[in-house]
Amino acid sequence: MRVPLSWLGEFVDLAPGTTPEDVHAALVSVGLEEEEIHRFELTGPIVVGQVLEFVGEQQTNGKTINWCQVRVAPGDELAADGGPAVHGIVCGAHNFVVGDKVVVTLPGAVLPGPFPIAPRKTYGHVSDGMIASARELGLGDEHDGILVLGSLGLDPEIGTDAIALLGLDDTAVEINVTPDRGYAFSIRGVAREYAHATGAAFRDPALSVTADASTVAFPVSVDDQSPIRGRVGASVFVTRAVRGVDPTRPSPAWLIARLKLAGIRSISLIVDVTNYVMIELGQPIHGYDLDKLVGGITVRRAEPGEKLTTLDDVTRTLNAEDLLITDETGPIGLAGVMGGQSTEIGSATTNVLIEAANFDPVSIARTARRHKLPSEASRRFERGVDPAVAAVAAARVVQLLVELAGGEADGLGSLHDATPGSRPIALPTGFISGLIGLEYTPDEVRSSLAEIGASLEETETGLNVTAPSWRPDLTDKWTLAEEVARIVGYDRIPSVLPVAPPGRGLTHAQTLRRQVAQTLAATGHTEVLAYPFVAEKSNNLFGLPAGPVVPQIRVANPLDGEAPFLRTSILPGLLQIAHRNRSRGIVDLAVFELGLVFRPVAGIRYGSSVVPPGAVRPSAQLEAELNAGIPPQPLSVAVVLTGSVVRPQPGQPAVAAGWQHALAAVRQVALAAGVPITVRQGSHQALHPGRTAELFVTTDAGATSVGYAGELLPSIARGADLPAVVAVAEIDLTAVFAEAGAELRATPIATMPAATQDLSLVVDAGVPAGDVLRTLLEGCGPLLDHAELVDDYRGTGVLSGRKSLTFALRFRAADRTLTAAEASDAKLAGVAVAAARFGATLRE
Amino acid sequence: MSDPTEISEPVVSAAVDAALAAIAAANDSAALKTVRTEHTGEASPLARLNALMRSVPGNQKAAAGKLLGQARGAVAQSFAAREAAITEAEATAQLAAETVDVTAAASTWKPGARHPLTLLQERVADVFVGMGWEVAEGPELESEWFNFDALNFDEDHPARAMQDTFFIDPPEAHLVLRTHTSPVQLRALLSRELPIYVVAPGRVFRTDELDATHTPVFHQIEGIAVDKGLTMAHLRGTLDHFVKAMFGPEAKVRLRPNYFPFTEPSAELDLWHPTFKDGARWIEWGGCGMVNANVLRSAGIDPEVYSGFAFGVGVERALMFRNDVKDMHDMVEGDVRFSQQYGMTV
Repeated sequence: MRVPLSWLGEFVDLAPGTTPEDVHAALVSVGLEEEEIHRFELTGPIVVGQVLEFVGEQQTNGKTINWCQVRVAPGDELAADGGPAVHGIVCGAHNFVVGDKVVVTLPGAVLPGPFPIAPRKTYGHVSDGMIASARELGLGDEHDGILVLGSLGLDPEIGTDAIALLGLDDTAVEINVTPDRGYAFSIRGVAREYAHATGAAFRDPALSVTADASTVAFPVSVDDQSPIRGRVGASVFVTRAVRGVDPTRPSPAWLIARLKLAGIRSISLIVDVTNYVMIELGQPIHGYDLDKLVGGITVRRAEPGEKLTTLDDVTRTLNAEDLLITDETGPIGLAGVMGGQSTEIGSATTNVLIEAANFDPVSIARTARRHKLPSEASRRFERGVDPAVAAVAAARVVQLLVELAGGEADGLGSLHDATPGSRPIALPTGFISGLIGLEYTPDEVRSSLAEIGASLEETETGLNVTAPSWRPDLTDKWTLAEEVARIVGYDRIPSVLPVAPPGRGLTHAQTLRRQVAQTLAATGHTEVLAYPFVAEKSNNLFGLPAGPVVPQIRVANPLDGEAPFLRTSILPGLLQIAHRNRSRGIVDLAVFELGLVFRPVAGIRYGSSVVPPGAVRPSAQLEAELNAGIPPQPLSVAVVLTGSVVRPQPGQPAVAAGWQHALAAVRQVALAAGVPITVRQGSHQALHPGRTAELFVTTDAGATSVGYAGELLPSIARGADLPAVVAVAEIDLTAVFAEAGAELRATPIATMPAATQDLSLVVDAGVPAGDVLRTLLEGCGPLLDHAELVDDYRGTGVLSGRKSLTFALRFRAADRTLTAAEASDAKLAGVAVAAARFGATLRE
Repeated sequence: MSDPTEISEPVVSAAVDAALAAIAAANDSAALKTVRTEHTGEASPLARLNALMRSVPGNQKAAAGKLLGQARGAVAQSFAAREAAITEAEATAQLAAETVDVTAAASTWKPGARHPLTLLQERVADVFVGMGWEVAEGPELESEWFNFDALNFDEDHPARAMQDTFFIDPPEAHLVLRTHTSPVQLRALLSRELPIYVVAPGRVFRTDELDATHTPVFHQIEGIAVDKGLTMAHLRGTLDHFVKAMFGPEAKVRLRPNYFPFTEPSAELDLWHPTFKDGARWIEWGGCGMVNANVLRSAGIDPEVYSGFAFGVGVERALMFRNDVKDMHDMVEGDVRFSQQYGMTV
């Protein structure tokens, strides 16, 4: 909403020297949001001149220019630029005659652009200024010729300051109107708010016009057979006729200037007047050419298949929910949104029927949205228009058309008013003070509510408050509390820190989540945050290997049509990020992300067919249904590494990233979560078949798969424009954290001396070393204190197809010094199990 | 030297002089080892003289013994002193030879980093956890009821129109990507015992194209407290404490009237700080207010008995004004240089 200050000043006192910034600050303090300031960006001298004579001169380029002598100051006085009273000016326009008064921008003036005016040699003359068009002044789009003041009905003195004359010295402040303050979409509403903010006197423009009853009835009926959500489409419908309007009359300059600052283009006097009254009072007005109307008006819902050609020349197929204005010929307007072409006011219209109605906000909002037709009218109706101002607004239009357009009010009109009476709101004494935490005096409460236009009635327990007609948002005592709090001022609310009951801190899972991120970052991985939107094939590739198509969720209105699905894995996003970094010259990468992934289960229909109403707690069953309808969204962590994990440095060769670094990251995650993750040789459709680890945690149900680690298939890496070796890992943290937090039973630390022995076992090359190690841990018995794999040898001395695995073993007894024989026996017990399970033999 | 035949002063003295000269001439531990063999070992002149003690007549034994004892003592003392000096010099030389360039130390891993948006959310959560609040969570893919209806967004509210919300196929399933963290309010109210004091950090989604100041995926932190007797003064007190804990003692909060469906009265939350980007000024940071009675009713809570306040702030916006991040692209593109500026802390 843009508010020209001269207009605002008509209804509320603006102190002398009030700047647009002051007005903004005042309005912000009562809850309107400040936007821009709008001005006619021009400075003088710009004056009224009179064309004394001109000579048309044919130019070689085919144009004819006029060399004009223009009087810009009376008699022998100096002109406003200090020059002579008559200036020679070159003018390319031809829409004027000798004697016409025009707007002359003298040297020194600046027009919007900025376009500074100076004497200028052109077409063989020195043009000492410029005769301006309406567009050059920023007043409108008219550029067919210069602005002849007579066409605006003006005949000012020569030399008059044209800036003030045309209202170009005005400024508008723009504010953002929140959805609950529809009334602030008018000068009337903003003036009231300004009065609240500053205490300045408010003069309600709705009280300055009297709405006389019509003397001849214009037939109107409201026949809404299918009200939306129980509300009839039109509660108020006022018509008034004005006859004998002079269609040649121009809109006055002040009106054009105010509309322009308010953001509305001047069209014709009749249309400008309807817009003017809408801005002033907030009541959208529609004007019909009375002679094009056939019969009376009926307001009704559209019938299936009905069509209407609207003012913007578009023929629209109507929906059964659309509210229509119809006459005997059919639809003539989309109520509250846009009028129809058949009854449009044109350049020959002399008899006008004015409509000022009050339409249901929901009906208008849906129609405007359905037809993608947000208009000045629909924006106001959606937020709620004062139902009591319709008749006044119609009368105001009549008044202006009589005054400015020479029309005559003949008494034809109608008034349909089915506005339900407003019910008073019970406001218990002390409620507002108790809610806000500030002791308001009874007088502060009463005067604040009276100031916003409410009427009050004392009751035994407090007040009965009837909201003013323009405040449909005031529906309960809480909304009244906001009014009192903001009128008295939010800055008066004290600061009191409430004491929460003792909390339990972060949950274990919340702590672990941080610890996992912190640990990965501390071991060289960089946290990034990718969008969760991916292509279907990425999900099929990186989702859990459950079949050729991974169940996934599609966004109905994606921003990127290429990536309309929600990720089932974090990896596609990380691979994109890896590619982006590489394209910026960062080739050694280790990135990770912790985030939710979306993993619907095949065969389940998610969502709920019914959305329960608000303001009522759903039944336990309905609540369970809502929750069951939400697809699983486990927390996942993924890592991608490419290039070098260690760069070449003095004394340190480069270490290329590979599968083992993905597994190193997995071990860090396991350590951070405090949950052992075991690794098995695995397979995954996106990973190198020989370099894939499947990851498991042990649950009550046995080993549960929680993810994968390894290297991408080289073909997939190349497809993602990445190097052939890309190491990746992804772990379902929700599943891992579910196993976390068990309280550890501590093992006493044995201090007796250890016996260390190495063991080399020869097994088939395909036997996983991890399995052999697990077997030794099991087979060597309780004396084995620690075991680790230290070498994997193949070659001379070992048969082809076999390998020699060397383990460093440490034996220890809790209560005595072990003998070498005891250690050897324990070792051989392990070897025996390995021999039985894998055909392992001791290496000679 | 030929074998001595008697223990005489000149002979002993010559042997001592030769030993001392050899000790003095030894410059390293290898030379010293040779000296030890030649002048103190079993075949050394002094040792051989000592062997003659057996043939010394009894009355001369004491004098000869004394002569030899003094001679061997002088040599041993000199040797020990020389040995100590050489050991120390050699240790010093060894350390000098081991000098490295400490500015060229090799690193066994590249530096990693956290993302500042996650770190900032953790810091905010920590402030509230310190006040006894708890951290609540909820799904990013939500039911429309939790995201809108329960929060007093009428079904015809403009925020529910297609242009703001990511809807899930099929639309009749009534699932959305949450447009704010506020549905967590409802989940907390439905699942926890009153009173509740919780914050909910998290990812939210709106259909805004990515540009310097917008991103379709961003983060909010929501707070809600519902208890008996909570007032707007408690809201202000909580926010005052929060911004001072977060931004330092000079930070201030201003409340301006505004409209949100889920609060009534509602306020815009402005933050003032003297040292943020562009100097001391008020910055719009979020929204807040008293929990709308209809929101409490959606959770089955009687608004005549309980009241509450709620607030929500943008994490990206905080990073912009606090750390002078100028372009949203930096936060969402995943360029590792962005996170690495912050390292492990924000």
